[in-house]
Amino acid sequence: MQAVGVMAPGQSAWVPRLLIGVAVGLTLLIVVAPLVYIFARAFGEGWQVYAANLMHPATRNAIWLTTITALIVVPVNIAFGIAAAWAVARFRFPGRGLLVTAIEIPFSISPIIAGICYLLLYGRQGLLGPWLQANDLQVMFALPGIVLVTMFVTAPFVAREVLPLMQAQGSEQETAAVTLGASGWQIFTRVTLPNIRWALLYGAVLCTARAVGEFGGVSVVSGNIRGQTNTLPLHVELLFNDLNATGAFAAASVLTLLALVALVVKAVLEGRRAA
Amino acid sequence: MISISSLTKNFGQTAVLRGIDLRIDAGELVALLGPSGSGKTTLLKIIAGLEWPDAGALKVNGQDWLTLPAQKRRIGFVFQHYALFPHMTVRDNIAFGLTVRPRAERPGKSVIAAKVDDLLGLLQIPHLADRFPAQLSGGQRQRVALGRALAIEPAVLLLDEPFGALDAAIRRDLRRWLREVHQKTGSTTLFVTHDQEEAFELADRVVVMGEGRIEQIGSADQIHDRPSTPFVARFMGAVVELPVTLRAGRVEAPGLDARGLERRAMADGPAQLFLRPDAIALEPDAASPWTLAHKTSTGAMIRATLRHETSREIPVDLPRHSAPDLAIGSAYRLRPLSGAVFSLEGTAPTEAPRPVVSLKEKRT
Repeated sequence: MQAVGVMAPGQSAWVPRLLIGVAVGLTLLIVVAPLVYIFARAFGEGWQVYAANLMHPATRNAIWLTTITALIVVPVNIAFGIAAAWAVARFRFPGRGLLVTAIEIPFSISPIIAGICYLLLYGRQGLLGPWLQANDLQVMFALPGIVLVTMFVTAPFVAREVLPLMQAQGSEQETAAVTLGASGWQIFTRVTLPNIRWALLYGAVLCTARAVGEFGGVSVVSGNIRGQTNTLPLHVELLFNDLNATGAFAAASVLTLLALVALVVKAVLEGRRAA
Repeated sequence: MISISSLTKNFGQTAVLRGIDLRIDAGELVALLGPSGSGKTTLLKIIAGLEWPDAGALKVNGQDWLTLPAQKRRIGFVFQHYALFPHMTVRDNIAFGLTVRPRAERPGKSVIAAKVDDLLGLLQIPHLADRFPAQLSGGQRQRVALGRALAIEPAVLLLDEPFGALDAAIRRDLRRWLREVHQKTGSTTLFVTHDQEEAFELADRVVVMGEGRIEQIGSADQIHDRPSTPFVARFMGAVVELPVTLRAGRVEAPGLDARGLERRAMADGPAQLFLRPDAIALEPDAASPWTLAHKTSTGAMIRATLRHETSREIPVDLPRHSAPDLAIGSAYRLRPLSGAVFSLEGTAPTEAPRPVVSLKEKRT
């Protein structure tokens, strides 16, 4: 056995073999098998059925809704993440520690609680409900609600990646740019941004993956209206409850594919960051 | 020309600058020398526009710089840790200050390229043009940092502990080279250092700072021979402080033969004599209260410790070849070769005189 590392002469080889076997076995059983099964079931009744399932108006709408949510949420969170990391890394102000903790809250709170909070705030019976209704603004059971909850759940991703890097780098380079006559915008685009670009992209990928896959919080605020406010994860559940297994797996395969792409991009970025 | 007057700065309750007045002529190379906490870096940052004073005036070539943001001052600032842009090549780093100018003032691409080539030559690093900072040694990075600062043809060049992060040999090399660069560019240059040798070797004039004040301004010899305050004397290495009496311009104390010191135009009375350990000779004198406690040899020097009757100890460094045969336990009188005297009245230091540097600290 070509083990990595050094083994003393006479040391039994079966312990490492067993451990490796267990690790590989569990990974296959817990991670790989279900993934393969998704695609197997999705294509189980042939390409035509798979295509037809995806082209179904309700499924198409779910894919579109998830895409548009991610397209809104990710840029907003990138902006928020940079702003928050910058404020915390560069300035000392009252409430700074509180801000750091607040950024982390979505990590520790179950998304469904976020959903309920938004419902209580913006819903018909909620705090802002009457005002929203009077102004004819529909937040709950519509795109704004879905976007808000997804934004809440994914808020920490970019900030958490960028902040440690900004803290480690300090502000000396930016100060140097100031003395060389650069404007604030030039400093941001030519010094700050290039320094954090890999961490930023990495955070954005994680944020995208989470935004696309978010279920719990969104299920509370979306209202689950088929073909209207159903995001892809919700739609998968709906199809499954309809006993339309092939349709559910077809929709799930799209989600899985998105996740796999994110995973590959993330792996590539990690390599770039280490370089 | 830089003219600074009555500049003060506090960080919260702490006074960092307590009224700075300084004039620096065009083309001068001036060192701000002082221990850490003396306010020298804060003064440099105020000139750069990276800090703002609480009160006072700062004028450069007649222009009020306290109304100008750092971006508009055209200063070249060289940071101790270089602060190069890691994602840019050496060439792009040096060109940065030119490429960020507003379109109307920005030189053409070919002009910038030619300018960078010139600087790379001056800095003696043309072969490094396409490298990234991570691929350079500390000394090379410092050259690039200086090139980046010089590219904008600064009105004033400011360097914060420019060689602090480098080892001794490279430091000496860069010092000589910075001097040459200064002669070629003629830019008004101000640098901060805590290293006396560096300040004296490099600068036309040295400004000694302590606790937010300018203690003395002068050449190496002036500051060395005639420290104007006890602070400067101590900072210059006069760690032996003896209580003496001034009489007719001469210092007197038991066991002290001060004939080697020139007379001072100072009033009679108690005073403090500051001596460097290497500016004291020893002569056998059975009546002296000083006895030799121990001695060691470094080859070139004898490092002796003398103990007073009151069991106070002072260090004395003697050239080994011209030193008398010193016997442990024998009494010797001190014959200072040079020294500074400060009257205890009138020019008394604002803070209580520090105790003589302990011998253990000094020797180990």
